[in-house]
Amino acid sequence: MPAREGTYGLLAEFDTPGDLIRAAQQARKDGWRRMDCYTPYPVEEAAEAIGFHRNEVPLVTLIGGLMGLAAMFLLEVWISVLAYPLNIAGRPLYSWPAFIVPAYEWTILWAGLSAAFGMLALNGLPALYHPLFNAPNFRDGATTDKFFLCLEALDPKFDLIEAKKYLESFQPISVVEVEY
Amino acid sequence: MTPSELKRDPELERRIDPATGEYRVIAPGQTFKSVTEKIVRIVLTPTTPLGWFALFSVAGAAATGLLVAVTWLFLVGVGIWGITQPVAWGFAIINFVWWIGIGHAGTLISAILLLFKQSWRNSINRFAEAMTIFAVVCAGMFPLIHVGRPWLAYWMFPYPNTMTVWPQFRSPLLWDVFAVSTYATISVVFWYIGMVPDFGTMRDRADSKLAQYFYGLMSLGWRGSVRHWARYETASLLLAGLATPLVLSVHTVISFDFAVAVLPGWHTTIFPPYFVAGAIYSGFAMVLTLAIPLRKFYHLEGLVTERHIDNMGKVMLATGFIVAYGYGMEVFMAWYSASHWEAFMMWNRMFGPMGWAYWVLVTCNLAIPLTTLWSRKLRTSMAYMFFISIVVNTGMWFERFVIIVTSLYRDFLPSAWGTYRATKWDYLTFVGTLGLFTALFLLFVRFLPMIPMSEIRMMLPGAKITPKATTKAGD
Repeated sequence: MPAREGTYGLLAEFDTPGDLIRAAQQARKDGWRRMDCYTPYPVEEAAEAIGFHRNEVPLVTLIGGLMGLAAMFLLEVWISVLAYPLNIAGRPLYSWPAFIVPAYEWTILWAGLSAAFGMLALNGLPALYHPLFNAPNFRDGATTDKFFLCLEALDPKFDLIEAKKYLESFQPISVVEVEY
Repeated sequence: MTPSELKRDPELERRIDPATGEYRVIAPGQTFKSVTEKIVRIVLTPTTPLGWFALFSVAGAAATGLLVAVTWLFLVGVGIWGITQPVAWGFAIINFVWWIGIGHAGTLISAILLLFKQSWRNSINRFAEAMTIFAVVCAGMFPLIHVGRPWLAYWMFPYPNTMTVWPQFRSPLLWDVFAVSTYATISVVFWYIGMVPDFGTMRDRADSKLAQYFYGLMSLGWRGSVRHWARYETASLLLAGLATPLVLSVHTVISFDFAVAVLPGWHTTIFPPYFVAGAIYSGFAMVLTLAIPLRKFYHLEGLVTERHIDNMGKVMLATGFIVAYGYGMEVFMAWYSASHWEAFMMWNRMFGPMGWAYWVLVTCNLAIPLTTLWSRKLRTSMAYMFFISIVVNTGMWFERFVIIVTSLYRDFLPSAWGTYRATKWDYLTFVGTLGLFTALFLLFVRFLPMIPMSEIRMMLPGAKITPKATTKAGD
């Protein structure tokens, strides 16, 4: 991330997931786009509220799995037929039923690794630094028991004073400014 | 269904959910904060309980025994074990199958029960998965040290080499290499990905700089964005969906090692399902062996409740009956196949010189658990369930002993018959893996969050989304 200065966004803290979702839905309805919610456990409704409906993890997994399947099956065929042909109990060199098990295992291996690392990559993780960690109340709550809505300064609607007033209308516990 | 005899005791009544009449999954009165504190404080405490050190030194001593046994093995060779002709697969393969089987319950709990939306599994999922990984560590070692020249074990992998030799893909033993290595990798990945958000919590709750750095690195900078959570949930679900056929395939492939051979007692088509059911049976027993002392020692009765123990008892009952069906079918086929060799194998297994092992397995796997696990009272009695878990683990070890040794030592030609006797090195290696497993598990309990906090939070009453309060309208 390029070094930036100034305000990253405004962070409103809520006590319950319900309050967060209502605030996020309203903000989206009012035209906010550059925003995110932070919760200590998955809250699907909050993702829906900010308009995040689909993700690419299944596609990445599918591609990974198919690559694993193809890689292992072709490797087996190449080894058993071309590179190192062996007569095992008179069976044909291209004895594909015997090749199913390793190909199956590699489908799962590659699909699983793609799901896990694809998810991390799409999330932009690992990212050991993030401006939100500068907020005084974020680390105490976001991974334990509080629910946060962040309006980011990159949103064209963002104006520090107006946005602060707007967030306060949702009656959060607090609204703090987050610096880069 | 409201059990009337349980209703009378007010202490019990508090722990029973009136909606279902079952024990509650989580004891009442827990909040996000209390659950987090409870789990985090087990790890982020400056004082380690003395009991932990005591157990760790015992387990560490046993693990040192393993080191000694393996060192001697590498110096001298597999001749120090009891394996011989015709029993060329002794303790090493028995222990391999036993340990891998134990691992299966962890994956079943973390993957299959997730797909079936069995949310009660959330509290026990993390340490069951840890159990899987440590069991696979112990299991994976045995084939490696059994190959005779373990420093050449990498020859089993297909890689270009100066000998221009490639592996033989028509052998189940090679399938095993891929099944077990995939299983180990996916289990570790699934386990670690599951812990990432909890590492975030640990990072934020840690007081010491060292812990903040350690858990900060492990958490990969997790900050709980709902976009991240959405992808995370998808990935978890996909990993569960992938781990489910994987876990079923692993013990299936292991059973092929036997079933593909022509030996009476091995050459049966029932082996794959029977092995998988047996694996889950012994695995749940091991989860109980770990969970019952753990919840007592760390006072986790509010998170690992009677409901969990009860449900695990039910799963054991069901898988135990599948195992019983497998035993029954083996006996039936010995008669129905009209094969002289099969009939002799069964007779020899029951009444031959090692017949006692068969009766130990029948007692431990069928007679004791399958008659008593019907009782809800016994299923929720911690002392009894701990006892049952030890009994079933013993029984399942003997099942593998019976399958391997009693099939091999008297096969077709009486002139080729032999016997099998394990040596002190066999025993030292086996006890050593028990020590290694326990030591790894103790380290896990001490340094990692043993109960998944984020998944527990989802089940708390606070996670319920309350309808809109009119006075709190957005404007």
